[in-house]
Amino acid sequence: MSTQDTDFVIEGHGDISVGVHGAGASGDGSASATRITPGNALRPEDIALEISRGQVKPTEDVAEFALRVGDDGLILAQRLGHWISRAPELEEDIALGNIALDQLGHARSFLTYAGAAWGKSEDDLAYFRREHEFRSAHLFEQPNGDFAVTIARQFIVSFYQYELYTKLMESTDATIAAISAKAVKEVDYHRDHSAQWVLRLAGGTDESRARIIQGFKLVWPYVDELFEDDDLTTRLAEAGVTVQPSSLRAEFDRLTGNIMAEAELEIPGVPQALGGGRRGKHSEFLGYILAEMQVLAREHPGASW
Amino acid sequence: MASQNLQSVPAELSPEEQEREAAGEAYFDRIISEDSRIEPRDWMPAAYRKTLLRQISQHAHSEIIGMQPEANWITRAPSLKRKSILMAKVQDEAGHGLYLYSAAETLGQSRDQMMEDLIAGKARYSSIFNYPTISWADMGAIGWLVDGAAICNQVPLCRASYGPYGRAMVRICKEESFHQRQGFEILLELSNGTPAQKQMAQDAVNRWYAPSLMMFGPPDDDSPNSKQSMAWNIKRFSNDELRSRFVGMMVEQVRVLGLTLPDKDIRFNEETKKWEHGPLDWNEFKEVLAGRGPCNSQRVERRREAHENGAWVREAAVAYARKQAQKENAA
Repeated sequence: MSTQDTDFVIEGHGDISVGVHGAGASGDGSASATRITPGNALRPEDIALEISRGQVKPTEDVAEFALRVGDDGLILAQRLGHWISRAPELEEDIALGNIALDQLGHARSFLTYAGAAWGKSEDDLAYFRREHEFRSAHLFEQPNGDFAVTIARQFIVSFYQYELYTKLMESTDATIAAISAKAVKEVDYHRDHSAQWVLRLAGGTDESRARIIQGFKLVWPYVDELFEDDDLTTRLAEAGVTVQPSSLRAEFDRLTGNIMAEAELEIPGVPQALGGGRRGKHSEFLGYILAEMQVLAREHPGASW
Repeated sequence: MASQNLQSVPAELSPEEQEREAAGEAYFDRIISEDSRIEPRDWMPAAYRKTLLRQISQHAHSEIIGMQPEANWITRAPSLKRKSILMAKVQDEAGHGLYLYSAAETLGQSRDQMMEDLIAGKARYSSIFNYPTISWADMGAIGWLVDGAAICNQVPLCRASYGPYGRAMVRICKEESFHQRQGFEILLELSNGTPAQKQMAQDAVNRWYAPSLMMFGPPDDDSPNSKQSMAWNIKRFSNDELRSRFVGMMVEQVRVLGLTLPDKDIRFNEETKKWEHGPLDWNEFKEVLAGRGPCNSQRVERRREAHENGAWVREAAVAYARKQAQKENAA
């Protein structure tokens, strides 16, 4: 800050020096409420640093698993990000934005870690893979629909993720455990947010009740896929890296069932979709999501941003 | 005198009420002359209340409409880190809108009413948000220039005489500083990137420079409300004064960026000790303000759509809360 400006700046906030004169005491960027990672929690940058120092490297199997969990978060964040500036009220612009940010944060950590197995960065994985190389489950790519569909999707996601991350905190892979320990606290809040809205919409007006019933009908076909075991999860469960997805189902059913019962909602009796996301078989939606997400990065291959 | 613009006290007031009015007015004048703070329950001149309501609600609307041009790039942000920062930034703006609507509500107008006015096209917001964001570099230029100009405008407002407004601005300014730096950083990265990236950055600076200077409002001799706002300690510096300071800061920072400002007339006037800039197209400013900018209709339509699509959700929340309260009363 030049002396000419000093009468104009109130100490402690609001300068626009951008470090041109040195950062100074005012306008400390770290004072922002937008800090994504408070305290000493693990950030994707920390993982990247550990990787570059050769301190951590996932096995091929662990990387493949991290890709699944990371892609779930990334694709959901991409969907949720669309709500920002379009939500039913300002508080929900903020809440859905927060959930999107959390999901993106988890995805960045998992993808950064996965990439270490193949010498790739989080951005290499996010922007330069093709549809069949993504490992997200179908639920995460389902369209936002109206607010009820988004809430129904989020309700399933957050109760599933809570069970998964809770178990992953005990993982024999220290990085997976550390990422999950941070994620579980945030997902706990997502559970609360979506459960509250399920209750409100189911118990609100006739219209909101009809919409949440319809919302659950649309997303429920994608529940089973989340809990499917396969060769990879079997190997990793034996190694103590993760648990079999099927082992999470009972607690998921119990906890979501409690909320659904309180909301006087039936579990929709809809057929379960075939899935296949973990093997790179996706619905029609993913192509469009990726086209939008990747367009700019692919226009400038090799550029840094 | 601080309250000279006050409409005369209505004649039907009883002597007692007149006395209370006079005491309130004396208190208000003293607070203003001491450069201290007026709080929501204090007496204030009707015109002071009206001026503040207009200014704070316009500011809130600007935050809310201002989310749109940046939200436009969330899904296409070219790296995950940038996506995350941009999401956080647009989310901050929703937060700023909330504090400001809350500050305005302390003056007696409901958020619903303000939202209705915005959607009906009765309320104004910063006209800069009626320009389109056509490239990623616009995220940088908006952060650096638009948020930079906003900070120049807003830091003095932290000392505004109306308490809730000043306090809201303290928090907002902290976050805006972060926004401005991330915009600068985007441009710096682009400027040091490939030739195509550098070109993208320069193009964005070229497009956002003049509109950002116009954010300070019309020249002083064409700004009818400024004088009274300064007398009331709402505004601290004139439009031209702030604009000149802003230009001085940008001149210095654009060199670090390795870019140029599209204004060959920028100079430091040794006599007045002020920065001067080339002529601005105030006709365009008035056109955009009058609703004829590139995106006016699109921006208001998006807000209307979100508000109307969300009506059933808000109604559900109210109905649910009412039912819960009834249950609790019955229990």
